[in-house]
Amino acid sequence: MPKIDLEKYSMKSEEHEPSELSKFKENRDDLSEVGYEIDEKERSGSYFQLDHSVLSSTSGQEGIEISTTTDALKKYDWLRDYWWNAVSPDKDRYTKQVDLKQTQGYFIHLLPGVKAEFPVQSCLLISQENIAQNVHNIIIAEEGSEVHIITGCSASHGVNSALHLGVSEIYVKKNAKLTFTMIHLWGPEIVVRPRTGIFIEENGTFTSNYVCMNPVKDLQMSPTAYCDKNARATFQTIIYASKDSKMDLGSNVFLKGDGSRAEIISRVIARDNSEVISRGDIIGKGRDVRGHLECRGLMLSNHAKIHAIPELEAETAEADLSHEAAVGRISEEEIEYLTARGLDEEEAASVIVRGFLNVDIEGLPKHLEEEIKKKIEMSAAVM
Amino acid sequence: MLEIRGLTVDVAGRCVLNDVNMIIEEGEAHVLLGPNGSGKTTLLLSILGFPRYKVKEGKIIFKGEDITDLHTSERVKRGIGISFQNPPVIKGVNLGSMVNICMGEKTDEITERTLELAGKMNLSEEFLKRDVNFGFSGGEIKRSEILQLIAQHPDFVMLDEPDSGVDIENMELIGKMIGELLQRDYLPSRRKRMGLIITHLATILDYIHADRAHVMLNGGIVCSGTPEEILSGIKKNGYEGCMRMSRKLGIL
Repeated sequence: MPKIDLEKYSMKSEEHEPSELSKFKENRDDLSEVGYEIDEKERSGSYFQLDHSVLSSTSGQEGIEISTTTDALKKYDWLRDYWWNAVSPDKDRYTKQVDLKQTQGYFIHLLPGVKAEFPVQSCLLISQENIAQNVHNIIIAEEGSEVHIITGCSASHGVNSALHLGVSEIYVKKNAKLTFTMIHLWGPEIVVRPRTGIFIEENGTFTSNYVCMNPVKDLQMSPTAYCDKNARATFQTIIYASKDSKMDLGSNVFLKGDGSRAEIISRVIARDNSEVISRGDIIGKGRDVRGHLECRGLMLSNHAKIHAIPELEAETAEADLSHEAAVGRISEEEIEYLTARGLDEEEAASVIVRGFLNVDIEGLPKHLEEEIKKKIEMSAAVM
Repeated sequence: MLEIRGLTVDVAGRCVLNDVNMIIEEGEAHVLLGPNGSGKTTLLLSILGFPRYKVKEGKIIFKGEDITDLHTSERVKRGIGISFQNPPVIKGVNLGSMVNICMGEKTDEITERTLELAGKMNLSEEFLKRDVNFGFSGGEIKRSEILQLIAQHPDFVMLDEPDSGVDIENMELIGKMIGELLQRDYLPSRRKRMGLIITHLATILDYIHADRAHVMLNGGIVCSGTPEEILSGIKKNGYEGCMRMSRKLGIL
């Protein structure tokens, strides 16, 4: 990926007032597309950040704390133990920039045993031209808690150039269950560098769903999960890369604890001149660990590129790791099969594309599931 | 009526069908016999109009219309349906959705009608939710194909070895359903649907009672007659005998 000139982006942002939230009520559909419900209905908590200003951080259920990380650090000394613990500030230039020039970020905290009735939502939105948004987020799901966090990251219409850097440190404690669904809707000129580290304690379950169906200039991320004893990590990624998008994505799982499990599933579609590197790495260290990686790519253009890099590293004879990777175009035989059932070629191709992207995302609110389906329909239809 | 007149077809520049002639009248079921590689499947897929099968000469007339240059989906809309021998897996597309597509419905939901049809083929709701053809057994593939055909409700049914890889138990069900599909339970004069069935086993014929049989060798039809005559001839002298006879008669 080309080196990003960080100086090019402005650290100055105009202040936004919470009252500005109301203006988003008019075009709520834009936010629904990334899973954010502006009226906060059927949500157990909400965090909304516009550029560098936090317009909402509200909890909708007892036992769920939501604030900015800046406020949380002031409030809780113990939070220092979690700060720059799952991600190192020295990891790269981007984490360094977030360390030195942080512009807010959310703190989501589930107290022990708390089960969120509805998903907790967050939205990180960029509305100002040429701005750098450097957020640092912390999520802690304490022992035995359960939550689905939906986080949408997007840029307003008309923003031609911007930088989003996001450090997220996620802690899934003993027996806790965290599902983290992230939907990206950037723009053809936005540069994005998320940096995510996840610690999953004994018997904890972490599921990541990542969906990006719209063009982005340059996006690179590689979240890393560390599994303790009997912990489970699942990463599901759905990418529809179009235009000149450049994406380098991967998920890494360290199976440290005995009996831990990992599953990485990715579906990548590349059309136009897009380029996607689809990575995955499972490292088996503990006894009786198991991991599977499934990496599939569908090429819809002769000018696009998909580079699948599935990696497995066993550091013990008791690791059972496997992968399957396949990249290709839509098969003629499948098209013919569908035309023999009465579809024309275009309809047949969109059925195949839809099927290809059809990954079950558990626990998704009906509305969001429909949004994602709609996006898939739309992408499949414009072939 | 389906009429094939002097059909010559190339695949990848090689002539695979040569001057094939055949007439299937309304309500008739025909059987196509012949050794592997003789061109039987090619004939079916040429009638269906897959782009790889280039018609060099001849015509396909279906219900009075020349369909030789029509796209497959247009032929299907006019009432042509097929059960494939080895259909492909389509990941993420379940059998239920395929049945809906066959019925011309856009929904992915499994409808009452689909469930009812699947029940007839002894296929469960769970099975309808499976990716089409993924991990299906031989018998399941055939049942799934016939289910789709029933949903499609075609006027002309082509079946490519509907009995291969099927165990005895499934054979009875499949035989019965194909018989129903081809309206073999109707009085002959009431039958409307036409059929063309490729088979290597005579077992399926117990359920279908076909009207006519054809033997295909080297891309051409070398003899036609009642299924009984043709089958006993093959049993006695093999396809070789057919070929010798055809040579003698100057057909080959």
